[in-house]
Amino acid sequence: MCLGIPGKIIEITDPALLLAIVDVSGVRRQINITCVIDEGMQPADCVGKWVLIHAGFAMARIDEEEARRTLVLMEEIGALQDELASIRNASV
Amino acid sequence: MFDKELITLAHGAGGTAMRRLIEDVFVAGFATPGLSALEDQAEFGLAALMEHGDRLAFTTDTFVVAPLFFSGGDIGSLAVAGTVNDLAMSGARPLYLSCGFVLEEGLPIDTLRRVVRSMQQMADSAGVQIVTGDTKVVEKGAADQLFINTAGVGVIPRGVQVSASRAQVGDKVIVSGDIGRHGIAILMAREQLALQSNVSSDCQPLGALVSQILLAGSDVHCLRDATRGGVATVLKEFAESSNVAIQLVESALPVDASVRGACEILGLDPLYLANEGTLVAVVPSKDADKVVKAMQSAPAGRHAAVIGEVTSSPAGRVVLETQMGGKRIVEMLAGDQLPRIC
Amino acid sequence: MQFVDEFRNPDIARRLIDDISRVSHRMADRLGRPVQVMEVCGGHTHTIFRYGLAGMLPSSVEFVHGPGCPVCVLPIGRVDDCVAIAHQPGVILATFGDAARVPGSRYSLLEAKAAGADVRIVYSPLDALQLARANPDREVVFFALGFETTMPSTALTVLQARSEGLHNFSLFCNHITIVPTLRSLLDDGQLLIDGFLGPGHVSVIIGCRPYDFIAEQYRKPMVVAGFEPLDILQSLHMVLVQLDESRAQVQNQYARVVSETGNAYALDAVNKVFELRESFEWRGLGDIPHSGVRMRAPFALFDAEQKFRLPGARAAEPQGCQCGDVLRGRIKPAQCTAFGTTCTPQTPIGALMVSSEGACAAHYQYGRVSLIQDVVATH
Repeated sequence: MCLGIPGKIIEITDPALLLAIVDVSGVRRQINITCVIDEGMQPADCVGKWVLIHAGFAMARIDEEEARRTLVLMEEIGALQDELASIRNASV
Repeated sequence: MFDKELITLAHGAGGTAMRRLIEDVFVAGFATPGLSALEDQAEFGLAALMEHGDRLAFTTDTFVVAPLFFSGGDIGSLAVAGTVNDLAMSGARPLYLSCGFVLEEGLPIDTLRRVVRSMQQMADSAGVQIVTGDTKVVEKGAADQLFINTAGVGVIPRGVQVSASRAQVGDKVIVSGDIGRHGIAILMAREQLALQSNVSSDCQPLGALVSQILLAGSDVHCLRDATRGGVATVLKEFAESSNVAIQLVESALPVDASVRGACEILGLDPLYLANEGTLVAVVPSKDADKVVKAMQSAPAGRHAAVIGEVTSSPAGRVVLETQMGGKRIVEMLAGDQLPRIC
Repeated sequence: MQFVDEFRNPDIARRLIDDISRVSHRMADRLGRPVQVMEVCGGHTHTIFRYGLAGMLPSSVEFVHGPGCPVCVLPIGRVDDCVAIAHQPGVILATFGDAARVPGSRYSLLEAKAAGADVRIVYSPLDALQLARANPDREVVFFALGFETTMPSTALTVLQARSEGLHNFSLFCNHITIVPTLRSLLDDGQLLIDGFLGPGHVSVIIGCRPYDFIAEQYRKPMVVAGFEPLDILQSLHMVLVQLDESRAQVQNQYARVVSETGNAYALDAVNKVFELRESFEWRGLGDIPHSGVRMRAPFALFDAEQKFRLPGARAAEPQGCQCGDVLRGRIKPAQCTAFGTTCTPQTPIGALMVSSEGACAAHYQYGRVSLIQDVVATH
């Protein structure tokens, strides 16, 4: 229901208002990063980080470790399929 | 040169102000022999036309783009390229253009000069002449700065028979370049979305590209430039007119990375984005490689690629094989694509 | 990693689908019918059609398209109210693009614009705020709609307007919340849903815990899912495995952005500005208790419902509309008598034909079922 897309924070434009520029495949736009600044974090710490953008706001930092884990789980299901296929072939 | 640097109603009243505007802006800007005669019409000899072929192609188009200036073009270059391309899609060699202006009172004359200059540059690069024109001035608010109508005449070479109804089963579908740049360039130029990118419009004349295609010696079945409604709409028109199915391969569609990025942000589909210098051709399968190579040798066709083929069923439909290997039907859109949040 | 193309790999998709088939065949045999999984969110519906996923899946599993399209479920009376605001002298009405097309009882916002209202399409509520700064003599109203995903963006915008003392900015608040609607669907005796794909971007804000009741009280599996094609397929696989093992849990496939508890900063902003309404009307589903929010009293200056006099009339659902049945999984879009005949994207009658994310519009735009079968048969 809600279009949210990954983008990379490349510049902080207004540390007081928590505004930053994100890049999505070469397209740039100013967004608000209030929701992804944890306590003790400086806005500048966000530069280089990937965030999920919705309607001009960063809604979450994207956890690359979790993304990899998700992809590995998919690969494992795939690998199971390959194994099953080879068992089927062997039994024919 | 002018008492005032803004267009006023006097510039459209038929008196000396109008005369000076025509001489200083249009005649000087277009520098065409026919135009400087200041007649009400342009004349050209039939014999010279007949050297190019055996049929006239005649078309008109009106341009109201906002904003007037955008990355890669402006309303002037668009008005020339758009009409040149409409002629070229019949296989015609585009030759002469007319140009009618509707100017809003208060338009800076420098803006008009800039547009005229850009029209002349585009006409030069397309090898056409702007030979006749007209100017009207309307009251503030009755038009948005300036509108342009261009009509064009070209000549179709003997034997060339291009039509949306000629697609045949087995034909290949070719696109001349990466798609969607004009549509995104216009969205970027509208400040409201506050997006920046290096995407520029593909606005360019396609006459030379079409000549290359015809020189390759193929019996080209269909040609159309994918303007409003994008590649999806053109293909749907081919499929319906020819009563065939068109099978598209998503992974073969050339799309610039930034166009793709803008589409992700705004929730748009590049297949429906406007182009102003990109054509879709349907050619016999045996000629496809030859035509792609010929296109790639012209600057406007550098990124030409085969994107699909014509099959018999489901007739009248365009079917896209998605990058995931699934299939979906491609329909025409009800209206404009609007940026969406959901 | 760019977090996009990695999740669009056709080879992994094929192998996931092989395993989905293995499990769903077994389940369908056991049930005596195809397994029905509801993707709650319109964004998922869009991905399913956009990538042709439905046609790649075996007939033993079917998607039921849920109510998670905020544009689709917007009631006609609220559109009429918004059109009335747009026509007030001095008003600039700012809206997301997809909301501009939603038909009211007479006009959509796009038609109101054609009739002379100053309607601007924006990408973000921040852009509406900018319009208010740039036009101090005009009244800028933002047509705020969407689920919890969008609420923080409008809440933070209002907080910013207040701190700047910008009193020519207000929200026409139509935000809704998905959980009460899921509960009302589950309470429907005729619901034919075996499991759910949970709304990933809502869950970025609210976390996974609010869905616990689905597993605990209703014994249905729920997998919070991402929006790329592989996310959808993996989530479907997770639902099927739960069903196969007779489990009912809330699982999180979209862990790269969704946590158990959601985004505290976003929730804090939402709670500052909004409070639950006793009830809110959903197009196609009727009134659902506690399913919408309004602005809290201290924000009355920024609340278009307080600032303007609204007609506030309820408009009857159009005759012959079966959106409610589609939303409950009782019929497929193509089984509605109005589908593709009187109800099309050009002339939508029902909620689900309105936005490109609506189940019916997606069916219409991307392939009516019979055609897809036709297409598959020719290959």
